[in-house]
Parts: sequence; structure tokens; C-alpha cells
Amino acid sequence: MATSWQEIVDLGARQPGGVVAVEEEAPEQRRGVFRKLRESLSKSRQALTEEISASLFDKIDDETWELLEEALILADVGAPTTAAVVEKLEQEVESGAVPMDGVAVRDRLIEILAEVASTGRAPMDLSAEPAILMMVGVNGTGKTTTIGKIAWHLSKEMGLSVVMAAADTYRAAAAEQLETWAERAGAELVRGEEGSDPGAVAYDAINAARARGADVVIVDTAGRLHTQTNLMEELAKVRRVIQKQIPEAPHETLISIDATTGQNGLRQAKIFSEAVDVDGVVLTKLDGTARGGIALAIASDLNIPVKLIGVGETLEDLRPFDPGDYAKALLAE
Amino acid sequence: MFDQLSERLQSTLSEVRSRGKLSESDVDSAMREIRLALLEADVNFKVVKAFTKTLKERCLGEDVMSSLDPGQQVVKIVNEELASLMGGTGSELAMATSGPTVILMAGLQGSGKTTACAKLAQFFKKEGKDVALAACDVYRPAAVEQLVTMGGRAGAHVYERGTDADPVDIASWALAEAQSERRDVLIIDTAGRLHIDQDLMAELAKIRKQTRPHDVLLVVDAMTGQDAVGVAESFAEVAEFDGVVMTKLDGDARGGAALSVKAVTGKPILFASTGEKIEDFDKFHPDRMAQRILGMGDVLSLIEKAEQQVDEKEAEELQEKMRKDQFTLDDMLTQMKQVRKMGPLSGIIGMLPGMGAMKQLKNADVDEKELDRVEAIILSMTPRERANPGIINGSRRKRIANGSGTKVQNVNNLVKQFDQMRVLMKSMANGRMPTPQQMAQLAGGNQRAPRPKMRRR
Ligand SMILES: Nc1nc2c(ncn2[C@@H]2O[C@H](COP(=O)(O)OP(=O)(O)OP(=O)(O)O)[C@@H](O)[C@H]2O)c(=O)[nH]1
Ligand SMILES: [Mg+2]
Repeated sequence: MATSWQEIVDLGARQPGGVVAVEEEAPEQRRGVFRKLRESLSKSRQALTEEISASLFDKIDDETWELLEEALILADVGAPTTAAVVEKLEQEVESGAVPMDGVAVRDRLIEILAEVASTGRAPMDLSAEPAILMMVGVNGTGKTTTIGKIAWHLSKEMGLSVVMAAADTYRAAAAEQLETWAERAGAELVRGEEGSDPGAVAYDAINAARARGADVVIVDTAGRLHTQTNLMEELAKVRRVIQKQIPEAPHETLISIDATTGQNGLRQAKIFSEAVDVDGVVLTKLDGTARGGIALAIASDLNIPVKLIGVGETLEDLRPFDPGDYAKALLAE
Repeated sequence: MFDQLSERLQSTLSEVRSRGKLSESDVDSAMREIRLALLEADVNFKVVKAFTKTLKERCLGEDVMSSLDPGQQVVKIVNEELASLMGGTGSELAMATSGPTVILMAGLQGSGKTTACAKLAQFFKKEGKDVALAACDVYRPAAVEQLVTMGGRAGAHVYERGTDADPVDIASWALAEAQSERRDVLIIDTAGRLHIDQDLMAELAKIRKQTRPHDVLLVVDAMTGQDAVGVAESFAEVAEFDGVVMTKLDGDARGGAALSVKAVTGKPILFASTGEKIEDFDKFHPDRMAQRILGMGDVLSLIEKAEQQVDEKEAEELQEKMRKDQFTLDDMLTQMKQVRKMGPLSGIIGMLPGMGAMKQLKNADVDEKELDRVEAIILSMTPRERANPGIINGSRRKRIANGSGTKVQNVNNLVKQFDQMRVLMKSMANGRMPTPQQMAQLAGGNQRAPRPKMRRR
């Protein structure tokens, strides 16, 4: 069973969502929404329900393990994690712990992969009022789009009200982009001048959220390469400004990792989490052909779990991460 | 992280020299290391397989007697083969003989197209051309605004019709405008799209058909992993691109995608995008990329950077001093100051062969502090001590430590490192590259990441 939103969000003392008063929609608009939802579900079903064929394990010999290695490498899992997974499975088969049977070996492989993907798993902590969520990541990985989607889901699934902080004051038209998403998701937007201090925008957004009794503040930040020390320092500063208002905040810091990213994704996660203490990964663009295997390496090496996955460019295209589904899809034909 | 390839090869092949020729099993173990290095750099698995096959044939029986050591020899061969696979230097854009040169930009979402468009515009502007941009990304929120702003910064005219018009129509209209306004170059920005999105790929093909561009450029993120091959193949089929713009090369990704894309499509990488500012853009150097993929460092770029900062005559004098073993702590201080002028240390270190893999040097903050300390120590020495560190005995060390606010231990370390450095410099000045082990020693450690135990040979 796929993981639900309720499972991955910790709402604390807040009443979990249930029925939200949705405004009356025109019938054709409504149909549009459902069609999109169906489409997006089938898209992610495609991406997530095909399985590794058991025929890979029809005959189990050296070549099997080599083919398995190849498949994991092609999924961007990376050599160290690949070697560890294959070694483990191979040992279990050799020792007789797993029977030499195609289906059994495949199922055990999926289990092992899911175990690795579950490393450090924890719900998103949105129990504080307001809860502060900060999005960080390398340029173009999908931060702004993801914020739009999260806001929409939080309000549709759990009835939370969201304020967005346009703290990317650097990139041209970044605030306009977030503004469109705020409109689509029915969230409020706080923005500053282009080139203004990103910390100040976050600060204002928190004040606005408090004044209005909003549930969640989501802070968009400018994309930056983890190698840009000064920009990483700037990000840490935004965090400190937030902490001046709420010492425990940000309650949830998410890094967006593009599923097409190769081995560099590990460096991204490592250095971002050194700067701002990342709680989880949003693995974006899984609707393409990339498998996002680097997320396994990130979980196993850094103990940072994937929490959400992006499967398209519309509001609906965001889903709770499910380790089992991910394990199955990683090596699907 | 991955250890440096040449170090691995050197240790793998260390006993070969006595035999004079590489045997099949020597070559196999070398190929294993190369395979891992290339995979770590995100070169596509299948490309790696084909590449190591060619490489193996060339390495077998290669005469290594004359070379310094077999490891170096293999590295040299790898480097040559990689560079030739990446394509020689000097691929150029096709330009129109009359009327505007039309360039169509395409790529996945988030690969950096819009920024690359503005940078390319600026690139042509610098050549004195009249450049225009066409805003055909009507899907991503505020993409048009972004292009208008960035195009403005580049001094280019932007043709836009908001987000309600059809991208194919906008492109045709922009071309007609560019023709009648006699622009020299028209660059068409398109929305990012997945290579498996049939509708959007068909749209791209249509834009191509309508505008008959002189060049179609695929924009590829340098951090892309194994999927780069599938993406490039699909775009090659639908958009028949002529060349590639690699973006985000200012990061620390090894950029194996560049090799994969070149290998499967045969199209050259034409431009390198290396930052968010509009001027961070240049022609691509395939030979340097080969070295980067192997973790051999971008020595050429470093030399260029150094050239801007260092006075040539001074450098020659220094070289002479190194060769004669007359390098002093004063020289070191001067050099350090010059190096620090070149920018943050982390960037520079990444360009040095082998240094990229060294943990101690990765953390730039610590480095800068360490450098401050070294400077303070040297400044607390007398001119005689700086010229002749041999005389620095116990009591002098104590005095220096007090004067610089450091510990005697720090002074000891510096003197010791300086001695090692002098030996190294002497050999470098005489034309020999130091081994990575020597460099690692200099950096104060010699750690080795455990190597993944992959099965495939
Ligand atoms: N196909 C697909 N595209 C996505 C997904 N998430 C984001 N994108 C697209 O990726 C591109 C970049 O997304 P943004 O949200 O602007 O990324 P960002 O990280 O905010 O970018 P910067 O702020 O410029 O660093 C846009 O074209 C998005 O539509 C996804 O899950 N699937
Ligand atoms: Mg953004």
C-alpha cells in the first residue's frame, strides 16, 4: 500500500485534516481537476508499479550479479551502495538464507532496497504553530514548483493554511513564479524587492503567518551550487534569522534533488545538510526515465530520507515517498 | 569520495615496471580502476564498457620501459583516448551567410536554458552583433519575465507575446520580426520538456521545422547521471541538435554526462556555462573536460588564472629558485598571498590534480584559517630565519610561536612541511610531477576511501 499524506506529516496537537470546506466549483472546472488527478495518478503508477522481472534471477550465477550491478549503476545508485546491496543479497543466497528461487531472490532484493531507502525515515514535522518549512537545493532542481505542490496538498489533504515566503530575491522573476503557484494553491505570498535580503523576507512571512494564524510557512530560497561557500553561508544566515523568531525553526528543511542527478547528488545533500541541517529529500522529476537511485546513496550514507517525490509539473504531481514502491520501480524494466 | 585515479593506477601497477610490459592481468586490474573512476564521474555504463574495451586493446603490450612508471603511462593513454573521444578543439556554430542566424535551444526542465540563452546573447553582443531572443516557454510560470529581465541585462531585444500564444507561432513571428528588423542573431528559448513527453517533443520538432535554425543546441546539466544518454538520443532524434551547452560546470560534478552525450550522439560540446552571472560562459575545452572526468584537475585553467595574477618575470625567478633549491619562507609567503588573490581556496584546490580528493583541503573555512596561521608564523620570524629555516632551533621556535599566537607544534609542522615542499618543488621545477602521495603528505595526511568491491572486471 502506498504511503498516505497523513502518515508522512506530523500535525501534533492540530486536528488532522479530514473534510475541508472546498468552495463550490463549476462542474466543468471540477471535471478538469479530476481528469488531471487521474492523469497524474496513472503517470506515477506507470513510474512506480512496474517491477523488476523475476527472470533476471531465473538462473543464478556470476552473470546474474553482474547484471544486477549494471542495473543499479544505470539507476544512478553509485558503485559503493551498489556493491553493498549486491554483496548482501549474494551472501544471503549463498548461505541459504534466501532460497535459490527467482521470485524469492527478487522479493528479497526489493526488501533490501526498501530497507536502505527507509534509512532515517521520519514524518515531516509540522506540529508547531506556525510550522516553518524551508526548501533548499541546487539551481533548477524544482524547489519553487515543489512548494506550490506542497501548499496545495497541505490545504487539500489536511486543511492547513499556508504562507509562502519568496526568499529567492536573486534570480530574475523568481517571486513572480512563486506568486503564480501561490495563486494556484490558494496560499498567501510574502515577497520583497528583487535583490533584497532573503532573511528579511522569511522574517516578514513568519510575522504575517502569526498575525493571520496561518498553519505553515514555506520558505523558497534561491538555487545555489553547494560549492559556492558564500551562498551557502547566506543560506545558513536565512536559517539563523528564522531562528531568532522561533528557536526550533525551521521545523522541516527539505532539499530538492533532481532524479536525473548522478553521483554529485550525494555531495549536494551532504554540503547542504552541513549548512542548514536538512531533514529530508524531495526527489523531483521522477516522471522522466531517470530512476533517482542517488537517493539510496543519500539515505544510506547520510541518513537523510526521501520524504516526497515529484512526478510532473502540475499541483497534483507530488506524492509521499514510499520505500517499497520506490524499490520496485528502481529496477523495473 | 573517490580516490584519485592516477594514484590507484600507480599502486595497481607499481610492480609492473620491472617487467617492462603490461600483461593482460595488469591491464585488467587497471581497467577495473578506470571503470570505477568513470562510473563515479557519471559516464554512462555502456559508454564505459565500450571505452575500456578500446582502451584495453591499446594498453596491452604497450611499452612502458621508457616511461616514468606504468601507472603514469596508463593515465596518459586514458587521457589521450578520453580527449579524442570528447572531440578535438575548435567546433564552431554554423552562422547564416545572410539574414539572422537562428539558434534553437532545447533541453530538460531545470537544465538552465533561459540563463544559457541570455549568456549566448551576451556572447554574440561582445562580437558586436545585434541579438534578439524569442520567449517560447509559455508553460513555466514567469519564464517569459525571466527571459525579458535576463535578455535585457545582456542588451538583447526580447520578442515575447505573453503566455497565451502558441510557442510555434511565437517562434515564427519572432523570426519574421528578426528578419525585418535585420537582427544578426535570433536565439529561441523553449520550455523545458521531458524527452518522453510526446506532445512537447512534437512541438519542438514543429518549431524547428518552422524556423529552420542554423544551430540547434541541447542544454545539458553537468550533474546529470546515467540518464543523459537516453535524453540525448531522444533529443537528437526529434530536434537533431548540432551541439551541446554544458551548464553548472562551476560545481564539483565530474561531468561524465559530457562524455556520454558526445559518445552516443557524436555531437560536440560547444559551450560551458559556469555560473549564474551572464558573463560566466565560454567556449568548451574538450581536453580539460577529459581531465576533469578523471579527477586530474583543471591544471590549464589554473595556469590561466595564475597568469592573470602573477607577474611572469617574478614567476620565472621563482622557478629558478625552486630548481636551485633556494626557495625561502619569504617566497612562500609571497606566493601564498598571490594564490589567495586568485579567489576562494576551495575553487583553486579543486583544479589541482589530486587535491580535489583530499578531505583536509575540502573545507575551505579551515583552510583559510590555517593559511592565516601560516602567515602569522612566517611574519613572526626574522628575515634570517625566513631565508634559512635550518637555523630555527628550539628556543627560536618558542619565540616564534609566542609572537604569532600559535603553538610550538604549529611552528614545527610548518618547518617540516616547508622542507617537504622544497623537495617537491625542486623536482617539479625540474619537470617532474609530484606523486599524489607526496602531495597528500604535504597536505598532512594520506587517507584512502575504501574502494567498492564491484564484481565486474
Ligand atoms: N517533469 C517534471 N518537471 C518538474 C518537476 N518539478 C519541477 N519541474 C520543472 O523543473 C523546472 C525547474 O523547476 P523550479 O521549481 O523552477 O526549480 P527551482 O529549484 O525553484 O529553480 P531555481 O529557483 O531557478 O533554482 C521547471 O520547468 C519545473 O516545471 C517534476 O517533478 N517533474
Ligand atoms: Mg526557484
